[in-house]
Amino acid sequence: MELTSEERGLLAGNEGRAARKCMQILVALGEIYGAESLVEVSSVQVSGVSYKNLGDAGIEFLSELAEDGRARVRSTLNPAGMSLTDWRAQGIPQGFAEKQLEVIDAYRRLGLEISCTCTPYLAGNEPSFGQHIAWSESSAVVYANSVLGAKTNREGGPSALASSLTGRTPLYGYHLDENRLPTLTINVEADLKSPEDFSAMGYFVGKTVKDGVPYFRGIRSAGVEELKTLSAALASSGGVTMFHMEGITPEAGVGPARSQAVSLTQAILAETTAALSDVGAPDFVSVGCPHCSLTELATIAELLRGRRVTREFWVCCSGEVKRRSDEAGYSAAIERSGAKFATDTCMVVAPIEDLGHKVVATNSAKACHYLRNSGLRVRFLPLEECVLEATR
Amino acid sequence: MSVRLEGRVIFEGKAEGTALVSSSPMSFYGGVDPNSGMVVERGHELQGQSVRGHVLVFPNGKGSTVGSYIMFRLKKSGSAPCAIINEKCETIVAVGAIISEIPCVDKIDIRRIKTGSTVRVDGATVEL
Repeated sequence: MELTSEERGLLAGNEGRAARKCMQILVALGEIYGAESLVEVSSVQVSGVSYKNLGDAGIEFLSELAEDGRARVRSTLNPAGMSLTDWRAQGIPQGFAEKQLEVIDAYRRLGLEISCTCTPYLAGNEPSFGQHIAWSESSAVVYANSVLGAKTNREGGPSALASSLTGRTPLYGYHLDENRLPTLTINVEADLKSPEDFSAMGYFVGKTVKDGVPYFRGIRSAGVEELKTLSAALASSGGVTMFHMEGITPEAGVGPARSQAVSLTQAILAETTAALSDVGAPDFVSVGCPHCSLTELATIAELLRGRRVTREFWVCCSGEVKRRSDEAGYSAAIERSGAKFATDTCMVVAPIEDLGHKVVATNSAKACHYLRNSGLRVRFLPLEECVLEATR
Repeated sequence: MSVRLEGRVIFEGKAEGTALVSSSPMSFYGGVDPNSGMVVERGHELQGQSVRGHVLVFPNGKGSTVGSYIMFRLKKSGSAPCAIINEKCETIVAVGAIISEIPCVDKIDIRRIKTGSTVRVDGATVEL
């Protein structure tokens, strides 16, 4: 791999131990995946924030790195295992909270923004078309590539952090236009009525296309909410990094995949939706996977008007979107019902199985997928029905 | 008689130990206990054996990228393998080997290595 003199300096340790270690990681990955060089990135999103996933090993590594490492480009963080301010009200054990705050402190010393969201693009870290970035939250990776037209591979937490501390990533995969072409056409015959339909569709297509690039045809309109839940579902049932949607996403002009096509019928959509649910009455309801947009918070506030929640109901969003919601008056309306904001965190990365919950209702196929892996039962319901369940 | 195999360096280093070979991919996150080095993945062919001090041989990594941090923890707890040999190294193991400073080499035909045999790793060279 060809390195610039600055990059050789970083690798030699001229800028400290942390930068050297990060450079070693990027060069090794570049060699493994056949990159000819590194490319500068303008934005980084780092996963591996919840203490539930990182454990003590992660804290130790981050603390060592923070001794002389600093972020060189704008870098934001994935959700943590709890709300950084309201963790007591969430019922998070003290021991877990202390460890989680240690993780956050290490990232702060590294110069990362403590944004704690899986939707950085809704909270100020929104890359432009054509920019090279290094993101490691799978749903955000799909959104950034497909909807924004920025370029990123599916990074892991440590490799994204290495990009943050060096400002670079190996030039291969989805950074190259020839790898962004569709591999499978999806003819959408089903009538998509809600974001949850997009979520279920993504779950089916992710399983079908695996790590390919789906090209959706026949969708008349899709907004931020539909596209973000679709992105999340595609990346949880499959290894999708990017999709195209005719007439909607910016690179769809390349045209559909020539070789193969699959039809997404109403029957498939119904079958997928049903298969995402287990049986049982929900004792916990949570929405905001990926984190809620301001529009969704407005809808939730409206749905909760004049109602009281009767079971634990979490509304997950970033601190940034929560602040905007406070100003708009939505937060007060939501909290008046007894629902709780879960800012900085979500039902997937918080230790909710330790909080005694057994059956979770949610409007996200991605959340259903991961909660089942944690041994919980799930109900996949539209947003309106989630609110009904919470207030029944 | 010694056999020399040439691979590709992922993390440069020298080590010698007895081989512990898995013909199936390994997940460190949830698959290996970070304190004891014991393989705990249910149904895995190495379940119940410790990777500690061995030259650990497997085709490639799998699972969560948090696995890299588990390798780091193994190193800190003194339970890490002394070297890693892969057929095709991927991100999790490569990052884990680098941050934990465990000598690591790939592009090796691992079918030639048997559990219990003495293996020496020196950069890209694997000697049996």
